[in-house]
Amino acid sequence: MLKILKYSFYDLMRSRWSYVYFLFYLLLGFVLLFLNNDVNKAVITLMNIIIVLTPLIGTIFGVMYYYNSKEFTELLLAQPINRSKIFMGQYLGISISLTLSLVLGLGIPFVLYGLFKSTAIFNFSLLLVVGSFLNFIFVALSYNIALSTENKIKGFGYAILMWLFLAVIYDGIFLISLVMFNEYPLDKFSLVATMFNPIDLSRILILLKLDISALLGYTGAVFRKFFGTNLGMVLSMLILVFWVLIPIVRMNFKLRKKDF
Amino acid sequence: MIQFKNLHKRFGKLVVLDGLDLNIKKGGIFAVLGPNGSGKTTLIKCLLGMVIPQKGDIFYNDKSVLKKWNYRNELNYLPQIANFPPNLSVLELIQMVKNLRPKESNEQELIDLFGLNDSLNKKLGNLSGGTKQKVNLVLTFMFDSNLIILDEPTTGLDPISLIHLKELIQKEKAKGKTILITTHIMSFVNEVADEIVFILDGKIYFKGTIGELKKQTNNNDLEHAIANLISKQYA
Repeated sequence: MLKILKYSFYDLMRSRWSYVYFLFYLLLGFVLLFLNNDVNKAVITLMNIIIVLTPLIGTIFGVMYYYNSKEFTELLLAQPINRSKIFMGQYLGISISLTLSLVLGLGIPFVLYGLFKSTAIFNFSLLLVVGSFLNFIFVALSYNIALSTENKIKGFGYAILMWLFLAVIYDGIFLISLVMFNEYPLDKFSLVATMFNPIDLSRILILLKLDISALLGYTGAVFRKFFGTNLGMVLSMLILVFWVLIPIVRMNFKLRKKDF
Repeated sequence: MIQFKNLHKRFGKLVVLDGLDLNIKKGGIFAVLGPNGSGKTTLIKCLLGMVIPQKGDIFYNDKSVLKKWNYRNELNYLPQIANFPPNLSVLELIQMVKNLRPKESNEQELIDLFGLNDSLNKKLGNLSGGTKQKVNLVLTFMFDSNLIILDEPTTGLDPISLIHLKELIQKEKAKGKTILITTHIMSFVNEVADEIVFILDGKIYFKGTIGELKKQTNNNDLEHAIANLISKQYA
């Protein structure tokens, strides 16, 4: 598996898109720091971008890599290697290279700006951790979709729809249901509903660590009570881990019966 | 050496292999022929473990291959379409495949044979189709295995490389290896194959030497003999 990972990683690290992605974050980091002149504020703006962008890029890279390397995967399948090792290697290769683009691209400007002397270091690290989780989650989800869909165009469409659903539509449904069931106590419901969407979970996890959660009102207080504690933090991280593991398990299950 | 026993494979409603039985003994060149969509590639992919049959079993050296992967170290496979990671160089790709197989390899000899020395450091994405096919051939022939499977090996090759390929196949045959080839180019079959396996509707329709086929169909020309076999089915 490590050998496959190594070469997938090399291949991606040399692709133009990894650099574009890296440079984008580098530029974003510098521009935000220059405009805000304040690490804390920059972290907040950055969160809004990362929460939407990393899932999108992870999704697109995942499906694209799967379909583009299809013939090569067939060559690997004819080698004496276990099937699941090939795909796990590719999956980790993509996820790690994307995570590296994110961490280095944002890390460099913030470190240069004096992150280590700032109080925002914890928030910033949390942002990077959550961003990395989102990379691993969405690459795994998109790999699942690609594995289940023979047709490239359909696979691409489904993957984008999945992203759109989790990034936008889910929130819409969530909000509508909050308005509709206004008369009932909804704090438990909203807490649980957040868990079923990794993007929402990440957003709230970061928001509550930042000092803007006072804006959130009563439900905010319930959330604060939950996520603000160490237990809540550990629990939400654990749920993010599940969001990575469950697609991986399904991937391996699917692989056992798949024809190439 | 290889036994397919009562092999069934369906893709949705489409029945590709329908209770196929086939025995291939050790040594010699076997051409697997059949019209488009007759199940040639599916048969080979079943043997490689890439396609999982619904029913039946496959034995390689008397051991079942289903759900195993170790046996693949004992065979070389040339896939139909050569498409490699575009950002790796030829040399890196060769190193990688070598890395994946714990086996001796003689890639330098093959690189010289196909004149790939100038392309070694080029990225695979920048190579022409024919050159990719040559790289594909190097990857297939560089290991010493008893079974060699070639899926449409002549695609995109120039005449000189084609001659080299034929020589290579004969050389491997002389070492007592078993070679399975699928192709649509009858002159190629005529030149290299010892035996023909003809698949139609998911079953073995004919198995025997070229001479036997010509005799059975009353045709002196291989191309017409094969066409005869196919048209009989359509009639």
